[in-house]
Amino acid sequence: MTLLQVKDLSVTLITAQGPQEVISNINFSMDAGDKLGIVGESGCGKSISALAMMSLLPPDSQTSGKIILEDQDILSLNSTQICSIRGNRIGMIFQEPMTALNPVKKIGAQVSESIDLHMNLNRKQTLERVTELMDKVGLAVSRFPLNLYPHQLSGGQRQRVMIAMAIACNPKILIADEPTTALDVTVQEQILDLIRDLADSSGMALIMISHDLGVIAQTTQNVMVMYTGNIVEMGRTVDVFQNMLHPYTYGLFSAIPHAGSSAQKKRKRLSCIPGQVPELHLRPQGCNFADRCSKVSHKCKAIEPAATKISDQHQVWCYHPLTQEDKK
Amino acid sequence: MRIFLAKRVFTLVLTLLVATLVVFVVLEILPGDPAAVMLGINAEADTLNALREELGLNRPVLIRYIDWVSDLFTGDLGISYTYDVPVSELILSRITVSFPLALLAITLSTLIAIPLGIIAASNHNKPMDFLVMSFSQIGIAIPNFWFAMLLTILFSVTLRILPAGGFAGWDAGIGPVLKSLLLPTIALALPQSAILARVTRSALLEVLKEDFIRTARAKGVNNQGTLWKHALRNALIPVVTIMGLQFSFLLAGTIIIENVFYLPGIGRLIFQAISQRDLIVVKNLVILLAGAVIMINFVVDVLYAVIDPRLRGDKDV
Repeated sequence: MTLLQVKDLSVTLITAQGPQEVISNINFSMDAGDKLGIVGESGCGKSISALAMMSLLPPDSQTSGKIILEDQDILSLNSTQICSIRGNRIGMIFQEPMTALNPVKKIGAQVSESIDLHMNLNRKQTLERVTELMDKVGLAVSRFPLNLYPHQLSGGQRQRVMIAMAIACNPKILIADEPTTALDVTVQEQILDLIRDLADSSGMALIMISHDLGVIAQTTQNVMVMYTGNIVEMGRTVDVFQNMLHPYTYGLFSAIPHAGSSAQKKRKRLSCIPGQVPELHLRPQGCNFADRCSKVSHKCKAIEPAATKISDQHQVWCYHPLTQEDKK
Repeated sequence: MRIFLAKRVFTLVLTLLVATLVVFVVLEILPGDPAAVMLGINAEADTLNALREELGLNRPVLIRYIDWVSDLFTGDLGISYTYDVPVSELILSRITVSFPLALLAITLSTLIAIPLGIIAASNHNKPMDFLVMSFSQIGIAIPNFWFAMLLTILFSVTLRILPAGGFAGWDAGIGPVLKSLLLPTIALALPQSAILARVTRSALLEVLKEDFIRTARAKGVNNQGTLWKHALRNALIPVVTIMGLQFSFLLAGTIIIENVFYLPGIGRLIFQAISQRDLIVVKNLVILLAGAVIMINFVVDVLYAVIDPRLRGDKDV
């Protein structure tokens, strides 16, 4: 059953250079329980897509297209209706646990807030629910009393509180926007495991946003590679990772350092994608990646490529998908 | 919180002691004879000596300091040279005017300013915001003595419902006292509230940009809820800071308004004591005001800790 359907979504933000389209016509859908990864460099539109799904974009931004959650188009809802969806049917975890919690409110109160808003529970039931949630995220109330303040917790512990808040009302979808980027490597693993386990056990769908391909590989079944507001490759995570077709996807992979790999043994330079993400107002005509691409042709610079279906589940937006030869 | 309070009380006592020392040193030990200052340059040697004896200036410095500090505790501060009444009585009679006036003014100012600041912030860049900020700009620009005169003309001269000046005295009861303090209160509160409204607005706007506000919205809290339950308390720190400064100012800095309304307050007393070289009164008034400012800062610090748990110095888990 389709849980979320994004149709022709475009987002225009007001920037210093005037209005800029930061998401251009993206389409995707996910079923209940799906785990979708969105990957790309900074500024490629990952977080904006997530904020659009929560209708949390800045008030002066413009969106077009549809984001249909079950049977409701999120973009057409009024503010009261959207408030009843946020935190209730869609939960969200943010990147920066140090600043994402209110410093002057006790953690228990911050977790119970969405329960008070969306679930019809009395005080005792709410307390039970909060205790249960804290237990689930690994902050047993016996060691981490609910009257603690965020500053008394470490970054990882705060992110756990954040997760408890996001899943408090059993959302249909959990959006995790770079949930581990700000954390220590050792803690990252624990938080990722926690998020994946929670999604598995409750059957909620997960949208994992990250620039870290390792994170995506660990937590998702489907992946969407984004570049400058467009989807450039999309498919099952296994397919995309084993047979990447877009030069950009391949570039992202090649840029991961591998301990003990041949590159390191030979002291070869780590490969990188030449150039940088073009500024919004300087985006070229045609394919946005053309200027940085090794396989660029005249056609790429003239006309934006449409989706090419490689298999039922694997699509790429490129005129010259990579072959095995290219990757050697 | 307990450790925080203990530490803070310790610094409070220490600061008060240092304040007495500074005031004493400045007024009594530094070059210049207090007796000569009080009597002027044409004084006879005999008179000077007599006054020195009366003031105890011939005793050792340390003894004089200790005596004065213990006098501060007992409240026996000596006799005013010009008014010829006990200094403590004199100061007390003025405090009973200035303190209620300051308290009323800060209360009124807060009651006006915080709602206005909230209204402006929640309507950021809309007509309501513009309106509030214009009011605030005018409030800051109007000199309060002129505003005080306008108030007197309207309420005392034209409408004849409030006294134009003077203080009824506490013996007359609370009603007449409030009546005589009402116009000065309004005159003082208006510019203060104009500033405080701006501070409230900008503090709120700053907090509304924070990540945790987005988190609150992501939980489904509506705009009103984010403002009242998440932003306001975080925005209070700068507001309380300004309120502390304003209250300190209101206690002693209201000399112009006191003059406009003929109020026998602290501000006028300082002015008169200085111009008449009544050093005993000056010394005790200065230490009293310094003490008041130190106490206000203490209260502000405690309020910080009440507002923001991060400032309480509690232990981590």
